[in-house]
Amino acid sequence: MLEVVGRLALVAAAFAVLPLLVGQAEHKVMAHMQGRLGPMYAGAFHGWAQLVADGVKFAQKEDVVPAAADRRIFKLAPAVALVPYLLVLLVIPVGPHGQVALDLGPGVFFALAVMGVGVIGAIMAGWASANKYSLLGGMRVTAQLMSYELPMVFSAASVAMAAGTLSLSGIVEQWRWYWLPWQLVGGAVFFVAGLAELRRPPFDMPVADSEIIFGPYTEYGGLRFALFLLAEYAGIVVLCGLTTVLFLGGWKGPFLDGPLGWLWTLVKVFALAFAVIWFRVSYPRLREDQLQRLAWAWLVPLSLAQLALTGVLKVALG
Amino acid sequence: MTGRDVVFALLGVVAVGAGLLVVTTRQLVHAALWLVVSFGALAGCYLVLTAEFVAWVQVLIYVGAVVVLLLFGIMLTRAPVGPSEGLDSGNRRAALAVAAGTAALLVTVLVMGFRGTRLNDAPHCPPDATSCPARANGSAEHLGEAVFRTWVLPFEVLSVLLLAALVGAIVLSRTGLATRRDR
Repeated sequence: MLEVVGRLALVAAAFAVLPLLVGQAEHKVMAHMQGRLGPMYAGAFHGWAQLVADGVKFAQKEDVVPAAADRRIFKLAPAVALVPYLLVLLVIPVGPHGQVALDLGPGVFFALAVMGVGVIGAIMAGWASANKYSLLGGMRVTAQLMSYELPMVFSAASVAMAAGTLSLSGIVEQWRWYWLPWQLVGGAVFFVAGLAELRRPPFDMPVADSEIIFGPYTEYGGLRFALFLLAEYAGIVVLCGLTTVLFLGGWKGPFLDGPLGWLWTLVKVFALAFAVIWFRVSYPRLREDQLQRLAWAWLVPLSLAQLALTGVLKVALG
Repeated sequence: MTGRDVVFALLGVVAVGAGLLVVTTRQLVHAALWLVVSFGALAGCYLVLTAEFVAWVQVLIYVGAVVVLLLFGIMLTRAPVGPSEGLDSGNRRAALAVAAGTAALLVTVLVMGFRGTRLNDAPHCPPDATSCPARANGSAEHLGEAVFRTWVLPFEVLSVLLLAALVGAIVLSRTGLATRRDR
């Protein structure tokens, strides 16, 4: 019992700290890539406390609900957007020998299913705001989810097929170094589709601030808006964690992959999070038709090819 | 009455209650959102019945795809905030009769088919084994074996049926395009 409480506390701590670390990294990394300094004052040392200050500011703001909005759904939406990522964090293994809060049998499906639920939060927000820009944003979120869910599930299924198990810890146990080239395409598809599902740039058409203000979040302010931001960063952590576990061998590394393997997991997660920020700085926003073309003309066929390759090699070698 | 039974009954009540709200609410988008609750409770029922894999697939497909598609459709056509008029079709009695008939048919089939089945009758377990969790009734392994060994023909027939529906949908939408271009 005590052990379970301890694990849950650790997951809660990770959920509170990791997204903030990614957020702060985004501030600083983006700034340096663009030849600026980023936050420098809050907390004295290179602005490390900037997000804490932001949080305090958000908490002080007035809680506004538009008069025409559907109040209950408007208020519920941030929670629906945030909680699923917390649930997914429960099943991501960080180290060997059961270093995971909840070792589910079909962990892959749990993670993908619950991540899909999180998107409903953004759709609810878009509709309930009773604002044309929000509604447009909500529709774009929906369209994006529908096209990118398929390649994501296919590429995850490819790894599950290679490992012969649906359990996330089981997949890492089975992982060997040659899976890197073998599952390379699947990994790339999974990561890109995940970015699209999180609506991160260059897939931020639904929140495109220069044309539809901030999409589904236009009417939100204060703490509720902060919750949506937190959901975005928690989503980055979850996506990077899942990619690490499924495609990069989780806690395995050239050395130190014993009980200290969770260090490898952290290193890989942060390397991927860095890449997420890098993408944001490097690529311009994709147009809606380009988004759909990328999903249906590239990612779906590529993930199907990966699935076929996995099956053929699995039968030939096994 | 074990704890499992109680949880199952409660989840069933939630699923049916949310389902009733889907058809009685006067707000279109609320109906779709109550459908999420109903499907979620149904997934919980599967979980209680140890069918973990089916439960998460239910969430992935029905909540993550079907309801999202419904919401997209609603938002694309009309999505007013607040109650909309004219949601009642006037066919209440006929709908009630059809629903009751379908429910009676399904319940009869299920009861006739699975009356004697117990949850932990894992068919691949040796009789002296006390438990074999890896091959419990609802596990992905067991389900995969059942679908792709015993029931592979119905499975493939269903796939062909769905494929036919897909092709039909494409044909219908394409012919619409062609006639418009002809004019």
